[in-house]
Amino acid sequence: MNNRPAKGKTGHDAELDKCALLAKSIRRTILDLCHKTKSGHVGSSFSIVEILTALYFRFLSVEPDDPENPDRDRLILSKGHACAALYSVLAARGFMSQMDLDGFAVNGGTLEQHPNRDIRKGVEASTGSLGHGLSIGAGMALAAKKDKRKGKVYVILGDGELNEGMVWEAAMFAAHHGLDNLVAVVDMNGIQALGRTSEVIGLEPVLNKWTAFGWGAREVDGHGFGEIFRALEAVPFSVSRPSAVIARTVKGKGVSFMEDRLLWHYRPPNEEEYAAALKELS
Amino acid sequence: MRQTFFDALEELAQADDRIYLLTGDLGFKLFDRFRAAHPERFINAGIAEQNMVGLAAGLAMSGMNVYCYSIAPFLTMRAYEQIRLDIAYHGLNVKLVGVGGGFTYGFEGMSHFGIEDLSLMRSLPNMSVVVPASPAEARLAALAANEYPGPLYVRLGKNGEPDVYGSAPQFRIGMGTVLAEGKDAAVIAIGSMVYEARNAVAALAKRGVRATLVNMHTLKPLDARLVLECASAHGALFTVEEHALAGGLGSAVAEVLAEASYGGIFRRIGIPDRLAAGVGDASCQRKKYGLTAEGIAAYILMELEQKNRPERGHHGLESQIRRLSQAV
Repeated sequence: MNNRPAKGKTGHDAELDKCALLAKSIRRTILDLCHKTKSGHVGSSFSIVEILTALYFRFLSVEPDDPENPDRDRLILSKGHACAALYSVLAARGFMSQMDLDGFAVNGGTLEQHPNRDIRKGVEASTGSLGHGLSIGAGMALAAKKDKRKGKVYVILGDGELNEGMVWEAAMFAAHHGLDNLVAVVDMNGIQALGRTSEVIGLEPVLNKWTAFGWGAREVDGHGFGEIFRALEAVPFSVSRPSAVIARTVKGKGVSFMEDRLLWHYRPPNEEEYAAALKELS
Repeated sequence: MRQTFFDALEELAQADDRIYLLTGDLGFKLFDRFRAAHPERFINAGIAEQNMVGLAAGLAMSGMNVYCYSIAPFLTMRAYEQIRLDIAYHGLNVKLVGVGGGFTYGFEGMSHFGIEDLSLMRSLPNMSVVVPASPAEARLAALAANEYPGPLYVRLGKNGEPDVYGSAPQFRIGMGTVLAEGKDAAVIAIGSMVYEARNAVAALAKRGVRATLVNMHTLKPLDARLVLECASAHGALFTVEEHALAGGLGSAVAEVLAEASYGGIFRRIGIPDRLAAGVGDASCQRKKYGLTAEGIAAYILMELEQKNRPERGHHGLESQIRRLSQAV
């Protein structure tokens, strides 16, 4: 990919600048998608832009012209409602075309408001029902071990999603089986469907929960490329253990009036808001 | 029959190194052969059925041929939404094997009853449903299942099921087997009820009633051609299943008959929309619902007698509407 930032020294300024620009343009694509189709989950999508950008442009061994390579890395967006971010990154990475994006949430179109498995377009699993992704990812990671494949499996979870018991079933299983090729990235934006995660079902101390379940875990600033890079480069954090990246993020990150507000879990931007947001993202 | 099934699977696993067997921490001694021969492909996922089904999806997405095992309600109901999205909608090559179909675990109590699994699995897109009637058929089902691409639910009993065939049966997924032919009525049975229905048909013969008997081992895709053949050759048709009347074999056959405007007598024998109380093993539980050879034969005789006395019949639409109006 010619728009892929060159691999340089971690934290290299030029690379970080390039990534920040890329993240901004991906946020613009997300904003366009949601505005045009009156789709929600802008805030949930904005909080994972840096995570997805870092993964797809620096870490994931995936190629749009060889999407089914059995040795590829795999990414599952378990918090499927943030798929506008996934589609935007996949488009920037060459897996999807503008035509694919144009078919988002339109009758007879191409892309739903929760991901539908389509490996050729880079979507590894259908998600949208929270809690499923880590188990599927653990199955893939186990298969990769059995087949002696080098690919890693990355699963992006929401913090609210950690309410689901199935997540912890998968966490126990992955640790027991030493799946050090499995990485969970938890998007800790602090807000779920009906309120702050701290008010709905308190999750803290999240990091300790993962370590208690037998994972290596690290906390990062989920919007700081330098920190994200350093963490993902250190995977696996512990020998023979799966790794959890606890990413502290802000819902709606990048647009001042959307940041840290529950409203933007749902609301598609109106014309005025769209113009104001676009201005901030230019 | 479950041992027969998994012995066959072990044989298949010798030739196919993509076969993986997952269990939700159940099946004591059942998998000893498989574990000894293929320890790296036996995975106890623990008492965590939802995760087990998700794992199965991930393994199948990576090209594995996956079998998931648990007791029918824990497998099909605890993890239903995972089966729906992760397995069925993805159309993955995962075989779900539920044991304890019907009242197999009678003494264990209602938590262990497997009497709604067939309707739940039948309604899922891409999902096929097979219910062997005997140990011999369980082996054939295992062999056929492995050749059958895509999601499949197999409902088994447990131990000690009687044989229903004299010689090795024919078995093809999606094609029912005719076990007897008669002109007076057709009985379509599934799973454990094939044996009871066979004995019922023998009892009916002693009373001069000749009945056709079909082993409908595949609930989905249903052998609609065979159902319609039965319908066209018989004025009375009965289904028998160890399952809730809502959504199982009787419902599936009724859909075919209604759409074909079948004009004969059609009755479903199964478990009504309420459970009878009381402790009991499988045969005791079955007896409560008339799911025995005697119960089935008596019911069929009664219905055929009604049919032959139309002046006393209470099955016409108008009389049924009257009856229901009085009940309100």
